[in-house]
Amino acid sequence: MATFKILVIDDEQGIRDGTRRILQNFKVDYPFMDEHIEFEILEAATGSEGIEIIDTQQPDILLLDNKLPDIQGVEVLEYVKNKHYDIIVVMITSYASLELAVKATRDGAIDFIPKPFTPQEIRASIENITKQLFLKRMTQSLNSTGKQIRFQFLSVLSHELKAPLNAIDGYLHMIREKQFGNNVDAYTEILDRSMERIKGMRQLILDLLDLTKIESGKPTQKLQQVDVRQIVQMAIDTNRPYAIQKDVDIYLNNKQPVMMKADAGEIEIIMNNLISNAVKYNRTGGRVDCFIEKLPEAIIISVSDTGIGLSEEDTQKIFDDFVRIKSQETRNITGSGLGLSIVKKIVDMYKGSVNVQSTLGKGTTFTITLPAPED
Amino acid sequence: MKKKILIVDDDIDYIFQMKLKVESMGFDTITAESQKEAEKIIEEIKPDLCILDLMMETDDSGFILSYKIKRRYPDVPIIIATAVTAETGMSFDVMAEENQRWINADLFLDKGIRIDQLQREIKKLLKM
Repeated sequence: MATFKILVIDDEQGIRDGTRRILQNFKVDYPFMDEHIEFEILEAATGSEGIEIIDTQQPDILLLDNKLPDIQGVEVLEYVKNKHYDIIVVMITSYASLELAVKATRDGAIDFIPKPFTPQEIRASIENITKQLFLKRMTQSLNSTGKQIRFQFLSVLSHELKAPLNAIDGYLHMIREKQFGNNVDAYTEILDRSMERIKGMRQLILDLLDLTKIESGKPTQKLQQVDVRQIVQMAIDTNRPYAIQKDVDIYLNNKQPVMMKADAGEIEIIMNNLISNAVKYNRTGGRVDCFIEKLPEAIIISVSDTGIGLSEEDTQKIFDDFVRIKSQETRNITGSGLGLSIVKKIVDMYKGSVNVQSTLGKGTTFTITLPAPED
Repeated sequence: MKKKILIVDDDIDYIFQMKLKVESMGFDTITAESQKEAEKIIEEIKPDLCILDLMMETDDSGFILSYKIKRRYPDVPIIIATAVTAETGMSFDVMAEENQRWINADLFLDKGIRIDQLQREIKKLLKM
């Protein structure tokens, strides 16, 4: 159980007591944390008292009022900044004072809580900050032990997870408030959108599981002789129902077994991603062609579609994490933006290569080359 | 005449919800799903206020758009609504003084803002 210290600097006894009441039994957990985080509340009624506590007790989070009897809140903020303390500062302020907000933000304040605040507001803010601080500390500790942590990745991830939640939350509120009166169709539409967003989130989580598998390293890899053709066929079968729905035909050129030493699960992840993309971004009545070819030293697998295609510029970035190509054609298609980045990572593990050739409006071909020396 | 508010966001559900909220406050809305689309719109229409998302085509689309709108219409207030600041730690870069000078947005708001707060901010910026 970790505990973060929160120091409340405010001359109003009521604010200090209220904050203590709201936060003392509050717990934050996070998918990335193994444990809860609890809070210990410290109090100061003046700026100088606050600074003394900052120096002696090293709080993690500062809730700072700007109007203090002795010095201004922003001066406390400056003090923290100059001392390079690792403290997250939240200003408690009347919502109106934008100028102060701008100045405080420049000096490193990370959030603002309007005064008077509701328990929900302060909890939400503390929850966000706790997660942020947790990630930051985790990054620091992992970096110091020589491990690389993808802080940026986690940041974007939390954004990607939050966007659908916000959308669904918004829709649920609209339903609860019966915003469309008795117009049943309107509710059906926003329920459909909510379900679409849930679907997207589920896909993101599945992709994350795949990523975790890859990034956890080699030990889980089960290298053995596998029939690549059979795996491709399996991936085709997996995507068949979706393809039928979209009236897209999927073909496989090769009927003979193509053996190579690989982890069947990993090859399946590659093929699933490529084939589901080929269906997803296809036109109605389009087709997907899978080719497998065995060369003396390598296996070549390609997946071609007759879909919307990619611009030259887009083909450069599609293998990065969380990249999704946005256009009129893709606006209603959900995706995590992780699929191709996963493909690339696996292919790299096999010291292979992945190429893409595409024409806008015509279609795209992904070609994967995996080294497969004859035993 | 009703004031026109331009809403730009790449999340179609966010646009849908924001549009309803803003219209319920008695404003007209124009929407765009990308920086590019918004740039086309402002060539022909001068909105009375803009609400921009931050991360669209690129991580900083909202900033670039804000800059371009201000260059064309210096008097149109701009709100940048983002879910980014509170959770990514990117806020340090976002709020750096040198960035703020060129971004020129009038207000940064968290996307989770309550509707009454939003209405208050909009009215303040429109001097209503």
